[in-house]
Amino acid sequence: MSTILIHLLLLLSMPPLLAGVINKTKAWFGGRVGPPLFQSYYDLAKLARKRMVLSTTTTWVFRIGPVVTLATVLMAGLLVPMGRFDAPIAFTGDLIFFAYLLGLARFFTTAAALDTGSSFEGMGAAREVTFACLSEPAVFFALLVLAKVSGSLTLTGMLHGPAGGFSAATAAPLILVAIGLFVVLLAENCRIPVDDPSTHLELTMIHEVMVLDHSGPLLGVILYAAALKLFIFGALLLHVVAPFQTGLSWADWSLFVGEMIALAVAIGVVESVMARLLMRRVTYLLTGAMLFCGFGFLLLVR
Amino acid sequence: MSRDGAQTAAFTNGRSIELDAIPTLTLEGFEDAVLDAVADGERVAAMFGAAGERAAEMLLYVVLASDHENRLGVARTVIDAERFPSLTPRCPQVHLFEREIAEQFGVRPEGHPWLKPVRYHRSWTGRDAWGRAAHEAILPGVTEFYRVEGDEVHEVAVGPVHAGVIEPGHFRFQCHGEQVFHLEIALGYQHRGVEQALIGGPGPRSIHYAETAAGDTTIAHATAYCQVVEALARCQKSARAQTLRGVALELERLANHVGDLGALANDVGFLPTASYCGRIRGEFLNMTALLCGNRFGRGMVRPGGVGFGVDDARVAELLKRLEDAAEDTAVAVNLLWDTPSVMARFEDIGRLPKQVAVDLGIVGPAARASGLSRDVRQDQPSGIFRFAHLPVSTYDAGDVFARAYVRWLEIQQSTDFIREQLSAIPSGEVRVAVGALSPDRLVVALNEGWRGEVCHVAITDFEGRFGSYKIVDPSFHNWSGLAYALRNQQISDFPVCNKSFNLSYCGHDL
Repeated sequence: MSTILIHLLLLLSMPPLLAGVINKTKAWFGGRVGPPLFQSYYDLAKLARKRMVLSTTTTWVFRIGPVVTLATVLMAGLLVPMGRFDAPIAFTGDLIFFAYLLGLARFFTTAAALDTGSSFEGMGAAREVTFACLSEPAVFFALLVLAKVSGSLTLTGMLHGPAGGFSAATAAPLILVAIGLFVVLLAENCRIPVDDPSTHLELTMIHEVMVLDHSGPLLGVILYAAALKLFIFGALLLHVVAPFQTGLSWADWSLFVGEMIALAVAIGVVESVMARLLMRRVTYLLTGAMLFCGFGFLLLVR
Repeated sequence: MSRDGAQTAAFTNGRSIELDAIPTLTLEGFEDAVLDAVADGERVAAMFGAAGERAAEMLLYVVLASDHENRLGVARTVIDAERFPSLTPRCPQVHLFEREIAEQFGVRPEGHPWLKPVRYHRSWTGRDAWGRAAHEAILPGVTEFYRVEGDEVHEVAVGPVHAGVIEPGHFRFQCHGEQVFHLEIALGYQHRGVEQALIGGPGPRSIHYAETAAGDTTIAHATAYCQVVEALARCQKSARAQTLRGVALELERLANHVGDLGALANDVGFLPTASYCGRIRGEFLNMTALLCGNRFGRGMVRPGGVGFGVDDARVAELLKRLEDAAEDTAVAVNLLWDTPSVMARFEDIGRLPKQVAVDLGIVGPAARASGLSRDVRQDQPSGIFRFAHLPVSTYDAGDVFARAYVRWLEIQQSTDFIREQLSAIPSGEVRVAVGALSPDRLVVALNEGWRGEVCHVAITDFEGRFGSYKIVDPSFHNWSGLAYALRNQQISDFPVCNKSFNLSYCGHDL
């Protein structure tokens, strides 16, 4: 019971902190102080109090998009275990459910963007869907590798790894999967080198441009859902790159939180040391991620 | 070339010429003069209209710059006040000048392939080149745009209100997926009537109009204005004042070039250089403030010299700050060239071929990045630049990288120049009195601002007041270059291309 409560607590409260950690890291590299660590929380509180401006050309699709996105991402968050603890919901084949929940979120985000009829938002939606064609197979290959390694078909089971621990035979595919998943994490959460979350240039955006017309509480919902998504992908990736545990309950929870913050710092470092890719080269990067995960699978089935 | 010399009156930058000495050519002679000169490698620095002796006619002036012979040529012709044959089909670089003349005087350049308003204001004469009624509102950007038709071709409109805090301008992209087929730029939102306001001057406000023609080019515009006044008043300024003007001009270049490199880094999401250059730009602006109390150089350049002198302590402080800033700049900028992911975003993007740059009459770092050796400081030197030579920095690629790299080369040259000039600054008064202007003369003052050639042309009336005043900001030439550079590029690369030109909206709109 306490596991579920802590899971829920972390899932609901921690995601905006990651954005703060990333921004602090980037600021440090730029020689700046940067926004406060908890700025994302302040922003959400501010947006919740604001009035919404709804364009008269939009329909219910525009309003329901962010809500469905948040609901599906939250649901996905209940399927992914944190650290060595089990997820609140687990059933055989839930990895497919997980992947399509994220697909549904994407569908409604892009539908809401297209609903505005703005040329910018249409462009963003086209980009988002194009890149998803490459990142989704990468996720599937990664999940297949994990299922094969662990012999389990639930996310909780496969992410906790094989009962006998990891062996040399599974190390190579898992390293490939870790690289592939990290790239997918950056792409799915609109980080550099794929997207630039801090830019104001509409023509270069992918995710941000799809939500340009949303305002007030709806924008808050979108930002919160985006933070959740980063948190979920992070929790997923941590199982592959840092499957450590101490055996003590409180220590393992702290370990998970610490690892999560370290991951945010790593993302901040990546964003600080490189420029964005050319838009048409993003496909190469994502194809690369897909191949990494695919080869990981090939290594296991040979 | 001798044939050319016979057609136009030759003079040099910053010298005035009697109106009577300017040949009034026949229309054919005028066209030949322009076409021959351009074929010989000269540039159209300015082309403008002026009221004629009778209401049914007007005067058309052209100022040609021969960069290789370091001289200017001027000619004029009398045209019908209703229409004249357009030169644009045979000489593309006058296309915007002709549109401007059409808008200001309500005269129609017949055969102009793309005759649209430039700044969306009423004509000065009451006639209208587009036959719009007097009660019809004229609003910027409300006009026909070039359109590409076909399946999957879509149009993206950006501005005039932008997401960042920048000036207003409207951009229309004709796209096929992510690829840009055509970009059309509509400006005019910043039109304030600077040239009109200067007519009848010089008055107490004139220098301020010049300083604010384009806020980030304060020194270059103010210097050009002062050169105009000084040439007409036959005033001899001191060597000390000329040195200080040169130092201020190069400080302006340093601040803007460093800022541009930071902005380019920011547009490709490369944070370290973006953050550092933003700060270092402030250091250079503060050095200008050390000279005159204003970060953008307002009040620095005044007719007869400069508004503020310097003492030895201030020079020493300036040199010290210069060394520190130069060191930081080198670190921040070299980070760009050493980062492969940045270079991948700069190289081969937004290419402006050399011949296109020649045809469109591109100036400044954008021209030099396309391999043209065009620099007023070398070609038409005035003031301190007649005595101290700055090597011209060029690169041949014509892409975003070239425009960024030329800026870096110029940063180094300008730093050396300031160091050299401040170490041996001549003594003397910094400002002398300026007398009345001579009547019935024309003067052209060219200056290499950080963005390129700043051109001021003034014609005095019989009382020694400005009868006409023409300002050509480098942006006026270069906006077409940006539109061309975007052809067949990815639309997501527009911001970085735009920043690599970094043109002024208010300098164009005046």
